[in-house]
Amino acid sequence: MAGLKDATAIVGIGRTAFAKHLPDDERTLACRAVLAALDDAGIAPGEVDALASYTMEETDEVELSKAVGFGDLTFFSKVGYGGGGSCATVAHLAAAIAAGQASVGVAWRSRKRGSGPRPWTNTAVQLPTPGQWTRPFGLLRPADEIAMLTRRYMHEYGATRDHLFNVALACRNRANQNPAAIMYDRPLTREMYMTSRWISEPLCLFDNCLESDGALACVVVSRERARDCRQRPVYVHSAAQGLPAQHHGMVNYWNDDPLTGPAWTAARHLWKHADFTPQDVDVAQIYDAFTPLIPLSLEGYGFCGRGEGGAFTEGGALEIGGRLPLNTAGGGLSEAYVHGFNLITEGVRQLRGTSTAQVPGAATCLVTAGEGVPTSALLLRS
Amino acid sequence: MLSPVVDPEGAPFWRYAAQGELRVQACADCGEPRFPPRPCCPHCQSFATEWRRMSGLGRVWSYVVPHPPLLPDYAEQAPYNVIVVELAEAPRIRLVGNLVARPGARLDSLPPDRVRIGAKVRVVFTDDGMPQWVYA
Ligand SMILES: [Zn+2]
Repeated sequence: MAGLKDATAIVGIGRTAFAKHLPDDERTLACRAVLAALDDAGIAPGEVDALASYTMEETDEVELSKAVGFGDLTFFSKVGYGGGGSCATVAHLAAAIAAGQASVGVAWRSRKRGSGPRPWTNTAVQLPTPGQWTRPFGLLRPADEIAMLTRRYMHEYGATRDHLFNVALACRNRANQNPAAIMYDRPLTREMYMTSRWISEPLCLFDNCLESDGALACVVVSRERARDCRQRPVYVHSAAQGLPAQHHGMVNYWNDDPLTGPAWTAARHLWKHADFTPQDVDVAQIYDAFTPLIPLSLEGYGFCGRGEGGAFTEGGALEIGGRLPLNTAGGGLSEAYVHGFNLITEGVRQLRGTSTAQVPGAATCLVTAGEGVPTSALLLRS
Repeated sequence: MLSPVVDPEGAPFWRYAAQGELRVQACADCGEPRFPPRPCCPHCQSFATEWRRMSGLGRVWSYVVPHPPLLPDYAEQAPYNVIVVELAEAPRIRLVGNLVARPGARLDSLPPDRVRIGAKVRVVFTDDGMPQWVYA
C-alpha cells in the first residue's frame, strides 16, 4: 500500500507580519495569510475544497470560507491540544487528498497572544482535570509545568542550563538572519541568558517562547497537481500524530515515564513510513515553546539516545553547519510563537532553497508540533 | 488562592482530604492504584473502585520555583516551591503540592534552596482540607 508517502505536496505558504501587537483582528489575519499562501501557489480561492486548523483556532471555517471565497468544501478538520496540532493540520489534508476526499487543501493558524489574553490568568474558568490537582498549589502556567519536567530531566541526566542556552542561542542566531523575526535585531549572549530573570526555576526568561500576534497558512495538493503549481513542490513524505498510553497533557507526571512524551509515539510511526532515518535529516524545525522541549524531542525523534539530548546541543550542533541546524527562521523562541505553524512554513522555505538561513542543499526536513501534549510531526522532502 | 474545581471522579479525594486523610483511587477488582481518578480501570476495565488510605509518606520527585507574573495571591508569596511527590507505597502516583515549614504555613515558608529531589516528606493538611508536605 502506497499510503501517504510523497502522495501530496505543500505548494504554497503565506504569512502576515509578526509583532507583539498587530491592529488586525484574528479573522482578518487569517484571511491575509490564507490569501498569501494561495497566491504563492498560484491557485484561485474558488478551487479550495478542504480546510484544516487547530481546535483552538477562533476563525471559523464557515466565516473564513465566505470571507476569502472558497468553493464548495468537502473536507474540514480541526486538531486538538494547542501547539500539538500544527503538523497534524497538514497530515489531515494530505490524508484527505490522498484518499480522494478533496483536491486543494488549506491549513492555517491565526493568533493574537502578543496583545490578547493569556488563558492561565483566568481565575474564573478552571479546567477541572487536571487543574484541580495542580493549580491550587501554584502550578499555574505552562512554564511551571514544563519546568517541573525540566528539573527532573536535569537531575536524571546531568543536563545543564548551558544546554538550554545552546537551544535559545541557536534560535536567536537564526532570527538575527531573518528580517521577519520579532527578534531580528536583538542578539543574545550567554551573559544575558545567565543573568536574566527567572520565570519558573529552572527556566528563565529566554527559555520561554515569544507571545506574538500573527497568522500563517499553507496549501496542500496532490503530487500530480503540484507539478503545475508556481513553486517547487515540497513533498509530505511521512506524517504522524502521537498520544501515548496513559499520557496526560502538559503535566505528564502520572505517566509511568514522564520523560518519554508524545514525541516518542509520533516518531515510531513517522520513521516506520519513511525512506530515510534521523541521520539523513538535513535541517529540523522542532517545536520550541520552551527550550527543554528540544533535548526531549531530539531523544524522542531518534537523533540521540535517551538522556543525551542536552549533550547533543554542544559544539554548535544546532547552528548552521552543525550536525542538525535547528529552527532556521528563529522558531517560537525568537521568530514568533504562532503555535508552531511558522516551523512548517520555514521547513518549506528550506526545501525550496529560499530560507534566510539556508542550509546548503537541504533536501529533507523534520517538522514537529508541541511536545508535552498530544502531538504531530511531518517529514518533508524536496 | 485558588480552590480545587472538583469533578465527580475527584470529589472523594477532596472529601477525604477535608477529614485529614490522604486516599488514592484504586481498582476494587485488580487492585491497581490510579491517578488522577477516572471512571474505570485501564488495566482490567473494571468500574469497581475503592479509595485506599496512604501512609502519607513520599519523596520529592521534582520541584519548581515560580516567579511573577502570577495570579495576585501567588505573586504575593513568590518565589515559592511547588513539588511533585512520589508516594512511598505507590511510586507512580505523583501528587503536586507544596513543601512548607509546618502544617498550615504559607507557600513561601520554606526557603527554595532547602528543597531537594529525593527528600523524604510527609503529608499534612491545612484547616480547610488542602494537603501540604513537610520534611519527614
Ligand atoms: Zn483493575
